[in-house]
Amino acid sequence: MARAATTADAFNAVAEPRRRQILDALAGGEQPVNELVHLLGLAQPQVSKHLRVLREVGAVDVRNEGRQRLYRLNGQALKPIHDWVKNYERSWSERFEQLDVVLEELKQKEDGDGSDE
Amino acid sequence: MAVTSSGTATVTLPTDTQILITREFDAPKHLVYKAWTTPELVKRWWHANRGEVTIAEIDLRVGGMWRYVSLTADGFEAGFHGEYREIVANERIVSTEVYEGIPDAEEHAALNTLTLTEVDGRTTLTVLVEHPTKIGRDAHINSGMEGGMQDALDLLEQVAISLR
Repeated sequence: MARAATTADAFNAVAEPRRRQILDALAGGEQPVNELVHLLGLAQPQVSKHLRVLREVGAVDVRNEGRQRLYRLNGQALKPIHDWVKNYERSWSERFEQLDVVLEELKQKEDGDGSDE
Repeated sequence: MAVTSSGTATVTLPTDTQILITREFDAPKHLVYKAWTTPELVKRWWHANRGEVTIAEIDLRVGGMWRYVSLTADGFEAGFHGEYREIVANERIVSTEVYEGIPDAEEHAALNTLTLTEVDGRTTLTVLVEHPTKIGRDAHINSGMEGGMQDALDLLEQVAISLR
């Protein structure tokens, strides 16, 4: 099944380096927009654009406090990526289990043939 | 008593651009090396139970190329290729790895180092995957597909923290 070629999922949302920088910054705790603007050294509209993408996939939540808009990380939305990495590890584990079988055969073959020196 | 399987692969993150895969095998290193570098044998294990390896080409010499193509049961085809940079028989292989499913794939080649260390007839295998640039990692993350999943690992820790 093809995935939408938009920024509609967590993978695309974090594929952009600036957006990962924002997530990095928010990993340390909630931040107001102007602090993110300062940290990234980008113009506010650009930062807002990235934040909108992250909000659309639920990777960040926003709340208003007085005149400030405060953003925080929502790790649950990034769980597909976590699962994906686990998948990577599982993939190698399964590969190696097959390799065990191949190696067992090679060992028996070598024993059967006597020393191959 | 010999233990046949050492269980799962261990994946760790030495640096922001590296992935280290480790696994122990109950076999001497020359056999692990053989299974790793013989096309007919690679076809038997590299599929990871997700389909089949349709192509496994290995030209095992410095400057020689390798290419693997896997096809999953649901029809997803993934191709990988690279060039051998350093070969020490039964001990070490340095090669590039290009995932063919991403744009400008060649620019995002990773450098993989395989090492085999034998103690008492058992072999510890490590594969160190190094991405030259952040862009390479981004491309891998963006692919989001089996095989293109080399990275995103640096995000994992943050995800884990925020899930607590």
